[in-house]
Amino acid sequence: MIRRRRTPPGPPTAAHTLDLLSLAVALVLAVHASHLPVWLTPPLGLLLGLRWWQRRRRPGGAPLWLKLLLTAGLLAAVIAGYGNLFGREPGSALAVGLLVLKLLECETSRDVRVGVGFACFTLMAALLFDQGMVATFVVALGLLPALAALRSLEPAQAPAKLPRELLQALKLLAASLPLALVAFLLVPRLSSPLWGTPNPGAARTGLSDSMEPGSFTELLTDDRPAFRVSFDGPPPPPAQRYFRAYVMWHYDGRRWNHVDLRRPPVPIDVDRSIGYQVSLEPGGAGVLPALDVPLDTPAQARGRMGEDRELLRNRPVEDLLVYTVHSALSYRLQPDLPAPARQRDLALPPGFNPRARALAAQWRQRYGQDDAAVARAALALFHDGGFSYTLAPAPLGRDAVDDFLFGTREGFCEHYASAFTVLMRAAGIPARVVTGYQGGYWNGMSNYLLVRQSDAHAWSEIWLSGRGWVRMDPTAAVRPERVNLGANAAAGAQAGWAHAGWLEELRNRWDVVNRWWNQGVIGFDVLRQRGLLTPFGISRVEPSTLVALLGVGMVLSALAGLAWALRRHEARDPALAALRKLERRLARRGLARRPGEGPQHFLSRAARALPAQRKELESLMSCYLELRYAHDEPPTELLRVFHRAVRDFRPRGVVK
Amino acid sequence: MREALLRLQQSAERRLPALTRYRRPEPLPIALHRRRIYIVPTGFGLGFGGLLLVMMTGALNYSNNAALLLTCLLAAAAAASMLAAFRALDGLRLQAVRAGHAVAGEPLALTLEFVSVRPRSALRVDLGDSMQAFALDSGHAAIALPLATEHRGWQALPRLRVWSSWPLGMFRAWSWLHPQQQVLVWPRAEASGPPPRQPADESSRVQLRHGDELAALRDYRRGDAMRRIAWKSSARHHGLLVKEFEQPEPRPAWHLDWRAVRGLDDESRIARLARWLGEAQQQGRPYSLWLPGEEIGLGSGAAHYAHCMDALAKLP
Repeated sequence: MIRRRRTPPGPPTAAHTLDLLSLAVALVLAVHASHLPVWLTPPLGLLLGLRWWQRRRRPGGAPLWLKLLLTAGLLAAVIAGYGNLFGREPGSALAVGLLVLKLLECETSRDVRVGVGFACFTLMAALLFDQGMVATFVVALGLLPALAALRSLEPAQAPAKLPRELLQALKLLAASLPLALVAFLLVPRLSSPLWGTPNPGAARTGLSDSMEPGSFTELLTDDRPAFRVSFDGPPPPPAQRYFRAYVMWHYDGRRWNHVDLRRPPVPIDVDRSIGYQVSLEPGGAGVLPALDVPLDTPAQARGRMGEDRELLRNRPVEDLLVYTVHSALSYRLQPDLPAPARQRDLALPPGFNPRARALAAQWRQRYGQDDAAVARAALALFHDGGFSYTLAPAPLGRDAVDDFLFGTREGFCEHYASAFTVLMRAAGIPARVVTGYQGGYWNGMSNYLLVRQSDAHAWSEIWLSGRGWVRMDPTAAVRPERVNLGANAAAGAQAGWAHAGWLEELRNRWDVVNRWWNQGVIGFDVLRQRGLLTPFGISRVEPSTLVALLGVGMVLSALAGLAWALRRHEARDPALAALRKLERRLARRGLARRPGEGPQHFLSRAARALPAQRKELESLMSCYLELRYAHDEPPTELLRVFHRAVRDFRPRGVVK
Repeated sequence: MREALLRLQQSAERRLPALTRYRRPEPLPIALHRRRIYIVPTGFGLGFGGLLLVMMTGALNYSNNAALLLTCLLAAAAAASMLAAFRALDGLRLQAVRAGHAVAGEPLALTLEFVSVRPRSALRVDLGDSMQAFALDSGHAAIALPLATEHRGWQALPRLRVWSSWPLGMFRAWSWLHPQQQVLVWPRAEASGPPPRQPADESSRVQLRHGDELAALRDYRRGDAMRRIAWKSSARHHGLLVKEFEQPEPRPAWHLDWRAVRGLDDESRIARLARWLGEAQQQGRPYSLWLPGEEIGLGSGAAHYAHCMDALAKLP
């Protein structure tokens, strides 16, 4: 059956196999380049290029001492760079490096196969860092040269150019796509991981739990999507699209801090609420943005509700996170403010911002106990006091609020929110800073709201007796477009070419595809899988059912594949087909055509055996011989006659 | 280890008639179809399957759906490659086997003629320890393979294995072919021995005769014709020289006879006759052969030689 023969490891690798493998490794390097350190990617790329060049000039691997030296160098570099060999980043850096080094010794088929397997593995590892649609697509492209390299190892093939070889691999992948999709849908997902998920990356973007002047600058120029929201019902108007993330009441004169006291959430009277689903992009810190004031805690996101009704999460968001929340649109948040909380929300560090304090005291004198009037006065100051909105404001000194209010008078949301809150506290009104996102792009094609990192915003909440906490957005007083049209409209000419109107529009529309990918592929988790058969009346699919379905799907695919594999392309020769039919009929009467017997001989033998039908058989024979040999192209009329004669022929008594 | 594997294989073949059913010799042409093509994963295929399992477990653990999707895609491609391997063999026909000539102990050149309706690539055929890769581009391929021979006479073709690991090398599809055909192996000639005994006047007939072709110059003897004297050459010489002409005289025929070789066993007789046949063929002399049961008349040339050697080979 299988006889293993002690063969040498195979003939030396053909040059174009190594070309394909080099291409695959180059793609691996490209997809990993975004997170590999800058000191590693160029040397590896250079090594790859050198090896390719050397192998094209003459066959032969690298000497052992060089391989050992390079491997030791790689290990040392990774340990020096990361301080560790294990973990997501160092592990992938090491894998990519070893893959490039493996290319140095790909001299036999065996080595090439090992290299291809390793390249596939490393390609998949790149998806641990980014599983967006584009990244997945590039990784899938990387599979093409890998498969083509395997294909080129087989002997005796017609020589083919590179694009054609890649096309063949693409055909194979395309043909296996249906089975792959069935398997993808039905492979039971793990409800809890088998081992620890990768450690969080060091650099995090997104909102942080503190705010000081300048902390938003990077965020406001970051165009990546932060999250997408689809509402149950019509979306709230743009002016109400405030997504709260952190509530900050602790102020040290410069920085606002979110302090998590782990107390139960404060009470709220709800008038009107809305339900919606948020799909949060990975990369954020431990907070789940929610529209205005969330009412429930999304269990599937492992969130918990903080004291001031912000949705917190202990772990950073590693993967796309989908959660459903209800939020209050019209409400009274914490109608009764207890004394300790009131004290906390009035506290100002002593010795800062004397002029702001004086201004607040002056307002307090003028408006008496009317807190709302004081707030209106502050907003009017921002609106009429010569303030301007800019993303590049002048730096502020020690008394930041004083410098801002009476000096520079330029800034963006965080300056206004901070100054407003300080003014309110100085006037004796409980106030705090809230950060989050405001606005977003309503995508009418697919009815969802796209919120980018650049939609990050900061505003204030003040406590008014009888109304609870009320949102105040001082930025809106300065630049109403910020609230109605979005951050980019407010930034105006400062934003640069990337925000040209049509380009922005195009990017926002294209986001539909990203959302579809996020929902259909990345967000296909245990819950979605269990609801897979809901259209068929099964609300909850158990893993055993999934496995059974997977088996059925595989059997169906196998049947389709077998049908393809067993399809024969027999040459269609009508005259021959008719003759075969005649032979079968005669064979049933014991007159089988012998191997090596020509049709003329066979039919004369049959005519001798069937004397009653001698004439018919002889005419059949002459007809066949004419069809076969008298014409280059058999005439259709004669062919029809022959067919009819064969159809009507029934062998009768055989003389043995 | 290797012996254990072989024993296991043999016992499996005894136990599973389905695997051995087609090992009986069968007449040509032999067409490969689904009931006689077997497929198993190769070592690389098993290793790749393990790798896919690792990748799938990782993707599931980190709930990384993009990686899971691509792992499924790779696995499906591997599965599809199994069908492609099957399809590489399915429908292939061994149309004819042509055998060359060889004496016992030397490899005999076999030519296998494969036909196929559609083009195929990366097929391999094993015969004993020799392997040949081939492709069918125009639906027809002739593959030359050496067949080891030991004894003279009819030798049945051994089992051939046609196999392919197309397209990814992860699965190996194979089928056994056992054509019902025999090849004739010629007897090996003895290394040295006496020449055949011929009639006594044999040696005297080796002499120069008058002919058209100038063969040599020799000293004048009395009686030589005047017109045969080489005057120009004689002028540079002390005596007269005569031109000697020669007509290529066909070597006398050998009548090789089984009965004339005495005092040897049958195989040695055959070996001696084979040597004489070879020498006669080499010297270009006509020869005839008498064997018990067969008598071949005088003749020469490659076809005659083959005829005689065949007759020798077929001796019981």
